[in-house]
Amino acid sequence: MSKPMLKSNTATAETQPAEPKPTLSAAQMGARQREISVSEFFTKNRHLLGFDNPRKALLTCVKEAVDNALDACEEAGILPEVIVKLEVASNGEPPPPPSQASRFRLTVIDYGPGIVRQQIPPIFAKLLYGSKFHRLRMSRGQQGIGISAAGMYAQLTTGKPVQIISRTSAKSPAHYFEVQIDTKKNEPRIFENKKIDWESHRGTQVTLEIEGRYQKGRSSVDEYLEQVAIANPHVKIVYHTPEGETKEYPRTIQELPPQPREIKPHPYGIEFGMLLKMLHDTKSYSLSGFLASEFSRVSSNLAQEICKAAKLSSDSRPRNIHGAVAEALYKTIQSTKIMAPPSNCISPIGEKAILHGLYKQIRGDFYTAVTRPPAVYRGNPFVIEAGLAYGKGPEQAAQEAPKVALAEGEQQDNDNELARVIRYANRVPLLYQQSACATFKAVLDTTWRNYGVAQSRGALPAGPMVIFVHMASVWVPFTSESKEAIADYDEIRKEIRLALQECGRRLGVFVRRRERAKGEFRRRNIFELYIEEVVEACNRLKGGKLAKQKLKEQLQKIAMKRTGGQKTDELLGRDGGGPEGLPHSIIVTAEGIEGDAPALPGDAASDAAPPEEPLIAVEPAPAPAPKEKAKAKKAGKPGKSATLGKKNPAKVEPPSAKQMTLGFEPTATTAKHGQGTGKKDGAKKSKK
Amino acid sequence: MVKGQEKKMARKKAKNNGAVEKKLVGVADIVITAAERSKDPTLSIPVRSLANVTFDEKRGMIELGRRKQARSFFNVGMAKKFMQTVLVADALAELQRADLTTSLREIYYRTKHTIKNSHENTFDGQNESDPLIEDLEVTLAALREELHVRAENSGTVVGPVVFTDDGDRVDCTRLGKGGYSVPSIVEPEYIQITRCTADFVLLVEKGTQWNRLSEDKFWRRYNCILLTGNGQPPRGVRRLARRLHEDYNLPVYVLVDNDPWGYYIYSVVKQGSINLAFESQRMAIPKAKFIGFSSADPDRYGLPRNVGIKLNDKDVNRAKELLKYRWFQKKEWQEEIKRMLSIGLKYELDALANKNFQYLTKTYLPRKLKEKDWLD
Repeated sequence: MSKPMLKSNTATAETQPAEPKPTLSAAQMGARQREISVSEFFTKNRHLLGFDNPRKALLTCVKEAVDNALDACEEAGILPEVIVKLEVASNGEPPPPPSQASRFRLTVIDYGPGIVRQQIPPIFAKLLYGSKFHRLRMSRGQQGIGISAAGMYAQLTTGKPVQIISRTSAKSPAHYFEVQIDTKKNEPRIFENKKIDWESHRGTQVTLEIEGRYQKGRSSVDEYLEQVAIANPHVKIVYHTPEGETKEYPRTIQELPPQPREIKPHPYGIEFGMLLKMLHDTKSYSLSGFLASEFSRVSSNLAQEICKAAKLSSDSRPRNIHGAVAEALYKTIQSTKIMAPPSNCISPIGEKAILHGLYKQIRGDFYTAVTRPPAVYRGNPFVIEAGLAYGKGPEQAAQEAPKVALAEGEQQDNDNELARVIRYANRVPLLYQQSACATFKAVLDTTWRNYGVAQSRGALPAGPMVIFVHMASVWVPFTSESKEAIADYDEIRKEIRLALQECGRRLGVFVRRRERAKGEFRRRNIFELYIEEVVEACNRLKGGKLAKQKLKEQLQKIAMKRTGGQKTDELLGRDGGGPEGLPHSIIVTAEGIEGDAPALPGDAASDAAPPEEPLIAVEPAPAPAPKEKAKAKKAGKPGKSATLGKKNPAKVEPPSAKQMTLGFEPTATTAKHGQGTGKKDGAKKSKK
Repeated sequence: MVKGQEKKMARKKAKNNGAVEKKLVGVADIVITAAERSKDPTLSIPVRSLANVTFDEKRGMIELGRRKQARSFFNVGMAKKFMQTVLVADALAELQRADLTTSLREIYYRTKHTIKNSHENTFDGQNESDPLIEDLEVTLAALREELHVRAENSGTVVGPVVFTDDGDRVDCTRLGKGGYSVPSIVEPEYIQITRCTADFVLLVEKGTQWNRLSEDKFWRRYNCILLTGNGQPPRGVRRLARRLHEDYNLPVYVLVDNDPWGYYIYSVVKQGSINLAFESQRMAIPKAKFIGFSSADPDRYGLPRNVGIKLNDKDVNRAKELLKYRWFQKKEWQEEIKRMLSIGLKYELDALANKNFQYLTKTYLPRKLKEKDWLD
């Protein structure tokens, strides 16, 4: 009885979905399919390009404009000078204070090569248009998205077009453009195009009006420009803040970094699909010709070898190779031993420039820099550079010393600030997504405790320290289009770690030596201080009838003997070769600067009170002949006083302190390492 | 007669002061002599730790051994301590000359100042100066009382005894429930025992139980002196018990909680403490008896198991340490402590209230005294 019932039930169930009312036909659906323009895609997904919030958007716009300016200048062989101007934009109403404002006008001016007239619209108003994507050459920009994306963001948030003035030489006129992107077609739309008078002979000026938020501190425009200045000491930046201030980051290195060269891809870095495409597109007629001409490090001999190993005729047409044969070729290439790609395509910042950059921008006691030899990931050559600035600088340290003796329960603030990591890719500071970045991970991986720096498990090292990491490569593997973090390839991470370890070792030597000297100093100091107390107490115990002076002298004599006297002073830090035997390092003490430090502009101004006289007074007995050069420099040169004037205001110290630091004095050997140049520069300057 | 005695005492005091002062000045002499010979000034201070005490079985007290530690000035680790020690010696000498007594804390304040040409304090806390005073006591073989340093009064006494304190007559039978607060210095120069008719001294660990006995006038019924130190008895209380024991031949009974700390309090009264081993001679009462609370008592007095408290790890460890001390090697003591460990419980004296409020006064102690049920 129940069976037929069931049957009928299933029958209805079957029939119901069999006849759905079609809402859309295939043809209708097909008609809905259409191409998505890249501009439309990025309009919807602007967070991918770094425009997720107003504050970050402001930074991204500055960054893109500045990067483009620097790239253009360097490629044209012009020492870059960039002016960045941020203003609060308002429509006739009185402008709100910068911290409250939501609209800004950003102007970036460079005195670079300029842009030819017909290229201006596509460069600023067409996504994925640029000179850098198709070649393997180290540059700041890579994809050709940046500045046009900034323009698109401006268009989206304020509706204002991008304004461009550009002039290629004094002879040619300046062109003024107003452009926007036609997002549907990803093509520029020109609003205004005219010749104008422009005071600058050459260069480009870009003006964007955008929605943004100006806030100082971490990941701010200010921080970005400061970091640009650190990694690019050959660049002069003038920054007009929205608050009306003008910050100038001077140029400390007067030459351009060597031009990076363009290279062909290395066979190891090619994916299978890419190989297929290249086989298809090549102009070569033979396979061996293709291999030898389209790849770096593949000679015609090697090309023959590869063909043989892949069991292919070296004369076979590249276009005819596909499918299984192509795959065999790909595998053969990957298993053939091929020389690493050339590294002259990379232009690292260099130890000297990093040192100058750090020294210029960050106050510290110790600076060092390391440039690693080139290495390769996925067929792309790269160079890792690391730097360190450690300490608070003698001036700051003096300020922080306690002013009064502490009461019970009071404690000296032990600030447990963590180190700051500043990251760069092809000289561009990376400000966001620190924890996703290979550099950051490598910093965590390094055991800083070995170098005398505190570090808790899985955390950044603690202490007044700035860690600088730079990756230079023809192709920096970013984790996203907004270029915020470097992808974590093993090869890259290993190189970063090695660079950091070298920096760490030098820091360790410095820290340990300083500790030792401090200990020695403290030892003597302790006795000096306590002798006074003990003598006074003894005198009171003896009812005030004690030959105090005699007892004091006797005790001081013992103390001197016990602490090794002046011998220990001389034993400290005298191994030569860079300040304290450390290559590519600068050490700043209360007495002065050792190492190849740049003369900072403005030093000459504060020349007023040269503190050398007391220095000479406490100089120990005549130095042996080879040391004299260094000593003389330390004591008498006006250039010395110039540097001292700014960073180290004259202060009176107990003689013992002086003796202690004299132990740090560079010897004649350090002078050989070109150490004098910075100071001599300073000398010249102050004489003027 | 009283006046004459006072004068005599005062003279004795002054003379004593001179001797102690001389010892303190000796610290300065060490520095001066060493300096003249171009040597590192060094104090040698007897070590105050378990490793450096011996138990004299014959005399029944803990004595300080001979090990000494050197504290020299020109050693980075010790320089500050050395300097501080000299400062404390100076402050103590000042006390002697002015004939004043003071507290540990005042010594700390007196010696604290900023070191010339620096922002460093001579002392940062009292915890730095306190051990130095003990160091000087041992080194100079001068008692804390002789150094004129007193602790807080934290003991109380009541019973048929009369003291003279600063010329005031203190009759301890007429002080109500509260009793007389025992000063920290009870040396004959300061306090004289004018009259004592008691039969024995009962030293109670806890103030609460002392109050019970005092309120119930236990001392009147059994003609005894009730003494408490509120926990570990301070020097004044120990010294007073010793004087009563010595001068008037009074037996001393110790009533403490049944736990390792109670046992140790008893042993301190009897043999002296490890830290102050050098003072055992003047403090220890080798004939003192342990009247309770024994680990056998709950059984004997029918105390239910549930008024006990489980021994925690610290208690167990401490008990095991006690088992190893040479002065707890007597058979009955080993049994006593092991019994506590095997029961796994400790008992407070207060637990006797489980029976009735006056069980301690009316039943427990009378039976103990009658049966002479105590440990030696």
